[in-house]
Amino acid sequence: MRYAFFPGCVAQGACPELYQSTMVVARHFGIELVELRQASCCGAGVLKEASPELALSLNARTFGMAQRLGLPLLTICGTCQGVMCSARRELEDAPRRDAMNASIDEPEARYQGGLEIKHLLWAMIEDLGVDRLKAAVVRPLSGLQVAPFYGCYILRPSGDLDHDDPFHPESLETVITALGATPIDYEGRIKCCGFPILLEKAEIAARLGGENLVDAKTHGADCLVTPCPLCHMSLDMYQRRAEQAMGRSIGLPILHFPQLVGLALGYSPKELGLGRHLVPVKKVLQKIGVGG
Amino acid sequence: MRITLSIRRFDPERDHAPHEEAFRLDVAWRSTTVLDALIRIRQEIDSTLAFRHSCRSAICGSCSMIINDRHTLACKTLVGHEIERHGPTIRVEPMRNLPPLKDLTVRMEPFWDKARLVTPWLESADGAGTIPDAVLTKETRSHLHNVDACIMCGACVSSCSSLAVSPGFLGPAALAKAYRFLADPRDRARTRRLEALTQADGVWDCTRCNFCVEVCPKDVQPMEAIVRIRRAAITDGMTDTIGAGHITSFVDVVRHEGRLNEGRLPLQMLWRHPAALLAQLPLAVKMLVRGKAPLPWHPPLPSIRAIRGLFGRWRRASSWTN
Repeated sequence: MRYAFFPGCVAQGACPELYQSTMVVARHFGIELVELRQASCCGAGVLKEASPELALSLNARTFGMAQRLGLPLLTICGTCQGVMCSARRELEDAPRRDAMNASIDEPEARYQGGLEIKHLLWAMIEDLGVDRLKAAVVRPLSGLQVAPFYGCYILRPSGDLDHDDPFHPESLETVITALGATPIDYEGRIKCCGFPILLEKAEIAARLGGENLVDAKTHGADCLVTPCPLCHMSLDMYQRRAEQAMGRSIGLPILHFPQLVGLALGYSPKELGLGRHLVPVKKVLQKIGVGG
Repeated sequence: MRITLSIRRFDPERDHAPHEEAFRLDVAWRSTTVLDALIRIRQEIDSTLAFRHSCRSAICGSCSMIINDRHTLACKTLVGHEIERHGPTIRVEPMRNLPPLKDLTVRMEPFWDKARLVTPWLESADGAGTIPDAVLTKETRSHLHNVDACIMCGACVSSCSSLAVSPGFLGPAALAKAYRFLADPRDRARTRRLEALTQADGVWDCTRCNFCVEVCPKDVQPMEAIVRIRRAAITDGMTDTIGAGHITSFVDVVRHEGRLNEGRLPLQMLWRHPAALLAQLPLAVKMLVRGKAPLPWHPPLPSIRAIRGLFGRWRRASSWTN
């Protein structure tokens, strides 16, 4: 398994533990990640609000770099995945693609169309395979109740992503089960974490995050796992604010997707950067018998 | 084939809370829609079951409801499709984010009130005069096509994340309608419209969750319309809101560094809003302690010249300003 690796801004910024745990899991399975160090931000759905062409050309440039390596693109961020899948759909239109390519100075970064773009979550299921994943588990997460939280961009618009059913997704549940843990069923798993308006509409964002956290908690979750670091920021860093908005304590640990995998593979909390979270993960570790 | 419809029922004169009721019936499942099944239940089993419908052809927008968690039109949903995907029991609920009325019906007044709030008609510059009798070009019409296709069914409103926690929000249907008139070259009220739409409960309340795009039975893509209104506001210099500042600051940070920098974005976004900036301080300290706070100024990517080239090119291109 070999990929052109697009870590995204957040894994190289506010969530270094996502980058770290991804590397641990990739190394474990011998997955080779060729990092696109010169790639820009995907735009996160924000740049296109200023200029759709700017956002599209930046992504065309990134796709071109992956294509030059002859590798599929791997993301570890639900938002990057969604934004890039929508950009890929737009770039399948040849005149549009030509116009974007014409704006790119580097001839080696022009995009020819047809790139495969995969989130690590999908790669684990489709390329590695659930059986290999199961066989690698040395610390089954038995008894751990995990709330899957997809986030918006990895599900919608489903026509661009072409993976999970947007109202009944299964990818996270498949992996959670393979690791020996129990996925809990709750409405919030496909809903919005509120991240995009955290700074401008703090009350709305806090309630959006809060409702989902309380939903997960009341359904018995010991922790929540997400394939999107923006959801992680909203639900972990801003959980205090969500508690204030909901008028109750929540205290739900939020794990990045590769952190949960890493725990089942036997890695230590330190190797997975679990100490960096704002909501302590101690209760999760106790439940699976790991010394903090 | 024998199927089960599990319907969420509510009679405000009798019930304190909604409850599920299961109805079993035999249908030719490949050709039966969920609306057909509901009509048969009302005719053959329980004449008190309340739901709205009219055209049966996905044109009138009356029969929107939630079927197996999807906000959609009952007349457009085949029983067979649902059974193949979700098994022999089909769950049917009324729309959300609108006050429940009875069974599968909801009050549509808030929906229409909000549509009215966005002045859904062409306006002259002074708000009173006549509209120039111009013919729309083919290009303009194609531009408006998506939003003109709206049948006001309310599926987007039912699915909207922000509306669920902030009932005052204008919401996707009204904002898509607002865009339709903003983008019409015959309209003369652009500034007035944009000023109204960028107030509280307006375009900056959208959290870009894409639910409205996902559920719309007519591919209106309300969120895209909201994004276009935001872009128009920024183009016209209405950048005082924190929402607009988010966009302009994001552009600025990525142009400088090639990537987003979460240490810098809030500073740049909020320096003119000291109270909001101050509220971020305790969190910034906690992030710093855990090694999660990137320094506010990073060296740019080595390939920054190529990246800035794209920023320059598209800023100069006409589309930047629309």
